[in-house]
Amino acid sequence: MRQVLRSEWLKITTLRSSYITLVVSLAAMVGVSSIVCVADVSSYHKLGLFGAAAYRLTFDPAFSGVSGVFLAQLGIGVLGVLTMTSEYGSGMIRTSLAAVPQRLHLLGAKVIIYVAISTVIGLIGSFVSFFVGQSILDGAGLGTTLSAPGVLRVVIGGGLYLAVLGLLGVGIGATVRRTAGGVAALFGLLLVLPAIAAALPSPWGPDISKYLPNQAGSSLLHLEPFNRLTSSLSPWVGFAVFSAYAVAALVLGSILLVRRDA
Amino acid sequence: MIEVRSLSKRYGHVTAVNDLSFDVLPGRVTGFLGPNGSGKSTTMRIVLGLDIPSEGRATVAGKSYHELERPLTVVGALLDAGAIHGGRRARDHLRWLAATNGLSPRRVDEVLELVGLESAASRRGSTLSLGMRQRLGIAVALLGDPGTLLFDEPVNGLDPEGIVWVRKLMRNLAAEGRTVFVSSHLMSEMALTADHLVVVGRGRLVADADIAEFVGRATVRAARVVTPEASKLSAVLVSAGGVVTADGSEVLEVSGLPTSRIGELALSASVVLHELTPMHASLEEAYMELTADSVEYAASASPTPTRAADPASLGVQGGEQ
Repeated sequence: MRQVLRSEWLKITTLRSSYITLVVSLAAMVGVSSIVCVADVSSYHKLGLFGAAAYRLTFDPAFSGVSGVFLAQLGIGVLGVLTMTSEYGSGMIRTSLAAVPQRLHLLGAKVIIYVAISTVIGLIGSFVSFFVGQSILDGAGLGTTLSAPGVLRVVIGGGLYLAVLGLLGVGIGATVRRTAGGVAALFGLLLVLPAIAAALPSPWGPDISKYLPNQAGSSLLHLEPFNRLTSSLSPWVGFAVFSAYAVAALVLGSILLVRRDA
Repeated sequence: MIEVRSLSKRYGHVTAVNDLSFDVLPGRVTGFLGPNGSGKSTTMRIVLGLDIPSEGRATVAGKSYHELERPLTVVGALLDAGAIHGGRRARDHLRWLAATNGLSPRRVDEVLELVGLESAASRRGSTLSLGMRQRLGIAVALLGDPGTLLFDEPVNGLDPEGIVWVRKLMRNLAAEGRTVFVSSHLMSEMALTADHLVVVGRGRLVADADIAEFVGRATVRAARVVTPEASKLSAVLVSAGGVVTADGSEVLEVSGLPTSRIGELALSASVVLHELTPMHASLEEAYMELTADSVEYAASASPTPTRAADPASLGVQGGEQ
């Protein structure tokens, strides 16, 4: 298994496109978080004294600080899908499986390597985004610190969110096998389903929405009172629901990988 | 050594491989011959544990593929020449593969040199020519220095020099005592490389014989006879047991009788012969004859592919004198 891990590490580190995707995801995370914080500050300044006070009550500085995760998730997710589908696309999967006939070892090694990479990228991105974001928010006195209650959980949560996305991506890739289909499935789950749920009439829409992967996962990225205000799941319950999607995709992918002809 | 036993593979209602059994022995090149779509690639994928057979089994060195430890050191395969990621350098493609089976990184450079790709080692997959990819695929097969090698259509895309190189390589590998199993849809290619042939058509075994035996079977004992008294001679030959077809008023095609016997019969009947020529079917013709019934996508209006039109005269069914 150590040999297979080494091989999967080589596979991902010998492609220029991996570095480009990861660096772009990282930059997108920090960039979008900063833009969100700049927008927060600017809308805050436009408010009158009374409005500003109300704004502070409902403002979640930690969430704004890591909000770039919602763009970075697309890059991390797509690269995860590609770890499987690019092998099917080129026919390389046959070489891989002939070298590693224990198919679950191959998939397991991919998952371990890629989830480790997503976690590291996610944590770096999350901490950098947070600090850059707070320095912007501090200009209006809106910022918070890591030592404030719940804040560290949110910042680490940004890393964990991308770790789960890495897992989800590999799982979808193993299930769907084609790049176009895999990316479509990923985007459908992350972007299209929430839009459909949001369009549903009142009692159903929010009830369904909070269990969708995106929304459930983002519970971990909010400070505590705001989850209750928005009728979201509590942070770790939400994260568990989010992870369940990724695990389900991986289990399905594993079963299909073992059963299907390569 | 590869053993294939009662192997079948069905995709829905389509049977790709149908109750196939044969052995591939070490120390010689075994050609795996059949028209496109006859189940060659499917059989090879099953041997490599990539496809799951509907029935039967295939073993390498006495074990099913999944039981092999460090399989690259036992079996090497070239399945699909294009199977490299477009963005990965040739050397890196071999490096990750070497890592899977704990092979030394030095071996990567050895096989690159062996297939003549040292100068292209740093090129990315998408910039390699088809011939280079084919060589890289052969490097993949040789990486673990395995005792058994499978090559699926190895000469596809190679230039003439490359084709000669592959032939030599396969012969050398077999001479070293390895088991070499090479598929092709071209008889002419196999005639130059293989010692033994396994011929399939529509997933069924058509022939399993040494190439010399195959050539022997393929030699048609037919003769072309030119005589001004064709009808008279024809009657004599038929009564002596020959099969005669007239080709024009003076030309006969005779099978079932050796040329010496035809000459004797002509003499005793006082018929003048202008020409008496033995006709041999080429290996290519013999192969087409053998697999004529099993070509899946034959052109519908195609003429009979060979002049040796009577399959019985091929002796495949043992009907030869």
